[in-house]
Amino acid sequence: MSDENLKVTPLRDAHLAAGARMVAFAGYSMPVQYRDGVLKEHLWTRQHAGLFDVSHMGQARLRGVSPLSAFEEVTPGDFIGLKPGKQRYSVLLNRQGGIVDDLMAGRPDGEGLFVVVNGACKDNDFRVINDELAGQVRIERLEDRALLALQGPEAAPVLAPHAPGAAALAFMDTATMTAFGVEVVVSRSGYTGEDGYEISIPAREAPRVWATLLEDGRVRPIGLGARDSLRLEAGLPLYGHDVDETVSPIEADLAFAVSKKRRAARDFPGAARIVKELEAGPARLRVGLKVLEGAPAREGAQIADRAGAVVGAGTSGGFSPSLGHPIAMGFVPPALAAVGTVLSVIVRGKAQAAEVVAMPFVPHRYVRKLKG
Amino acid sequence: MRFTKDHEWVALDGDVATVGITAYAADQLGDVVFVEVPEAGKSVAKGDGLAVVESVKAASDVYAPVSGVVIEGNAALSDAPETVNDLPESGGWFAKLKVSDPAEYEALMDRAAYEAFLQTL
Repeated sequence: MSDENLKVTPLRDAHLAAGARMVAFAGYSMPVQYRDGVLKEHLWTRQHAGLFDVSHMGQARLRGVSPLSAFEEVTPGDFIGLKPGKQRYSVLLNRQGGIVDDLMAGRPDGEGLFVVVNGACKDNDFRVINDELAGQVRIERLEDRALLALQGPEAAPVLAPHAPGAAALAFMDTATMTAFGVEVVVSRSGYTGEDGYEISIPAREAPRVWATLLEDGRVRPIGLGARDSLRLEAGLPLYGHDVDETVSPIEADLAFAVSKKRRAARDFPGAARIVKELEAGPARLRVGLKVLEGAPAREGAQIADRAGAVVGAGTSGGFSPSLGHPIAMGFVPPALAAVGTVLSVIVRGKAQAAEVVAMPFVPHRYVRKLKG
Repeated sequence: MRFTKDHEWVALDGDVATVGITAYAADQLGDVVFVEVPEAGKSVAKGDGLAVVESVKAASDVYAPVSGVVIEGNAALSDAPETVNDLPESGGWFAKLKVSDPAEYEALMDRAAYEAFLQTL
């Protein structure tokens, strides 16, 4: 794709001024790294606070008479039971129970359901939702809003003076509030495994808010390279790599996204397959692998058992900056998915030992309960 | 020292060529976390894969800038791959080759030509 066909976010100039290396991602020109480089940016986020421009992601309001109830027709989550001020991770399902996209949907205020989907999938997602829920919901795409993520152990103290309401949010809480002098939608969530926030702001305000946050010495800009290594360490799947339309939430080890109530009612797309997989086990399961020797095993690397038979494939992988060795995710038969199982990954024709380990690889540090 | 458009450098001492990647290439790759160097005795033709360098982001092939037989791969890179970033044009070398055709070396860019080439990127 040539550069002139790429979309840009409201922060493009700020990225270039900060020495960003821009790459094409999800149809946008996005910063893959700044001057510090992926390794330093990754570790900075784990130790301090990283600021990410994720304005390529799709933001929308679903409005209608009962958007929560309608949204249950395309997801396996309990959205009727979603309380005001709460956000939920869910998956958009096709009729075969495959994952069309993974997403966040919340109730920051009384204005319908606020949804954030992956940038690369957004046009298709909103088409699917529109087709499936025609007449029930009206999709208002928020193309005039930027999305920032502030992630890391110092995210909360950094944001507090700018957004007094943010401190009252626990993990997966969301609220519309005044911050930086404008109305924003804030959720305490992210894609790094760290505490932090995602902040939806009017596009025209984005450069000012971005610059204001970077004035704090605890904050550095972080590119998509570190965003990927951070989410990998956190055990979070990346759509289009670890998860796609052929993969069910059970295979993807996302069974938590299928609510008990919905499972009992079997009233979501692909319910027959998904309930069967919950009861009898799926044919394959997403696992975490610690690569015990050799090179990073990246997407597409074959996974073999101890006898050398190919049993699966890696879906993403790389060097873990926090752990100092390569890690990977991939699909294997459930019989080989137990923690401690020793397998091998094939990199450039060489079998390298790899052990199934629990995910996340690096513990999550979400703030689930507020102090006091 | 001579250079290729793939951002490798070659230093020739007698008939022994030392091969690495340039500071420009190391900077473009970012933090190097793994290097696969060739074993002694391997024959390579100019343009064959010689080594693989992995950054946090991706794996990249390093091609033989000249033909020859590998004398030694830089074993120190297995414990300290970051040397490729720290000292790309000295301690971060990948392999030493006994060259079969010194004319291949002479045909590569000198530093002035390589720096002029970088200006075109």
